[in-house]
Amino acid sequence: MKILVCISRTPDTTAKIAFTDNNTKFATEGVPWIINPYDEWYALVRAIELKEKDPSTIIHLINVGSAETEPIIRKALALGGDEAIRVNTEETDAFYVASQIAAVAKEGAYDLVLTGKETIDHNGSSIGAMVAEFLEQPFISLGTKLLVENNTATVTREIEGGEEDAEVTLPLVISCQKGMAEARIPNMRGIMAARTKPLKVVEPVAAEVLTASTSFSLPQVKSGVKLIPAETPELLVKLLREEAKVI
Amino acid sequence: MPIIIFTEHSEDTIKKSSLEAISYGVAIAAKLNTEAISLVVGQTNVNLASLGEYGIKKVIHADDSTINTSDNQSMATIITNVAEKFHADIIIFSNTISAKGIAPRVSVKMKAGMVSGAVSLPDITDGFVVKKNVFSGKAFADINILSNKKIITLNSNAFEISKPGGDAIVEKLAVEKLTSSIKITAVHKIEGEIPLAEADKVVSAGRGMKGPENWGMIEELAKLLGAATACSRPVSDSDWRPHHEHVGQTGLSIAPNLYIAVGISGAIQHLAGVNRSKTIVVINKDPEAPFFKSADYGIVGDAFDVVPKIIAAVKAL
Repeated sequence: MKILVCISRTPDTTAKIAFTDNNTKFATEGVPWIINPYDEWYALVRAIELKEKDPSTIIHLINVGSAETEPIIRKALALGGDEAIRVNTEETDAFYVASQIAAVAKEGAYDLVLTGKETIDHNGSSIGAMVAEFLEQPFISLGTKLLVENNTATVTREIEGGEEDAEVTLPLVISCQKGMAEARIPNMRGIMAARTKPLKVVEPVAAEVLTASTSFSLPQVKSGVKLIPAETPELLVKLLREEAKVI
Repeated sequence: MPIIIFTEHSEDTIKKSSLEAISYGVAIAAKLNTEAISLVVGQTNVNLASLGEYGIKKVIHADDSTINTSDNQSMATIITNVAEKFHADIIIFSNTISAKGIAPRVSVKMKAGMVSGAVSLPDITDGFVVKKNVFSGKAFADINILSNKKIITLNSNAFEISKPGGDAIVEKLAVEKLTSSIKITAVHKIEGEIPLAEADKVVSAGRGMKGPENWGMIEELAKLLGAATACSRPVSDSDWRPHHEHVGQTGLSIAPNLYIAVGISGAIQHLAGVNRSKTIVVINKDPEAPFFKSADYGIVGDAFDVVPKIIAAVKAL
């Protein structure tokens, strides 16, 4: 089985979010970068777990980004995976990025393409479904469990108000979330091995960019908390009803 | 060029988030001087003509029982075909779990630029600019959709439902037979709970509750208020509560009218997922808990003492 895992680079969850150039660009100075948590904790680790069960499995990682993303690609390779492919271009909108991933995926004839459920910076949750559409393959969104046997994937996914189990014949694209795998950290052997694993750089295919961000803004700060004495919580209930009018 | 609103339903109701999407689509149609059409796929007992109350003049109903509504590939094909048939350039979805599978596919099929998780009406003075949440609720981005065809998925609780009144014509639509490669083998519904993503009120609790056995009072308060229950990441990581209750940067991002946080300190990752809530109440025994800075109302006190008193006060309303 051949698996392609999509890896995006995002600011660390604790990074300060600020903007420059008249609020048109994300201020990257001093920002620590990580592998998008959903891509790492669920998509990549599940792929590694599947390879541990069936060592003949081949795992390729793909990232769409400039050379600056290579440290997180190496980090992903330290966790596992056989080789990585970086599409050498700036990540612009989802349609463009998905076009790039789909081009590589088509060429590599993968049985499974795994993504995280969304990136924690763009929050688009759209790359997986777009790649599936380009490849004309089925797509399982928000997968929480994945088993593969005899060319059939048995998956569990979140639906409104619960979960459902499904069987799908490969090839298939899945976006992964909590439940899919147990997060792990790279060990020294993995880190050493990652240094010599192939990291291929390929040039982008021609694709359209359909959206562009024009400016950013920060949410309004609350004007200040109204503290209610712990002895009189009933006052809170009164304020919620009469002042905030929410109950 | 009408606007199509993909309208989700359960057996007997139209989803609240879809009614928000309808009101949003009707408002855009008014701006662009065009018509808003609701598209309903799959069988339902809902009287679809009643969608007229929300300003819809026409409902297209693809009610073929053979459609696999769980397969986003089939759904995207149907939606794209309907859009072509009616020459629609703009498709609106509510940003639901199903839409996350369907809308990006339609975007590729139609070559339509997509904004997912919109929080306000498009600004059409210079382009077609839609505001959305980015950085998991820590910021907003204005996204200009450059293509002629456009797709927007609207966040829940981001646009108010309006009922201008009226009647809608319901047109049945026959669809071509589609083969589906996804076979659903079991469905596990969680009975009786309010879905967190759409909830108007949420009672959430964290490690301060000390253990899963103490959640009774959280559930009781939620039930009394008609609220959904949620939790912080450490709580879901420790399996005190189910994963789907986890709100925050790496869990669900929500925007209810009322968010009550009990025993949650308010780490930046948690705040990111809830800071769009209209009114935030924080109950924590640590006066230094960072969450108080983002709250509208706060009580510095022990949850085990304060929450039962709040329950009593709500009961007395």
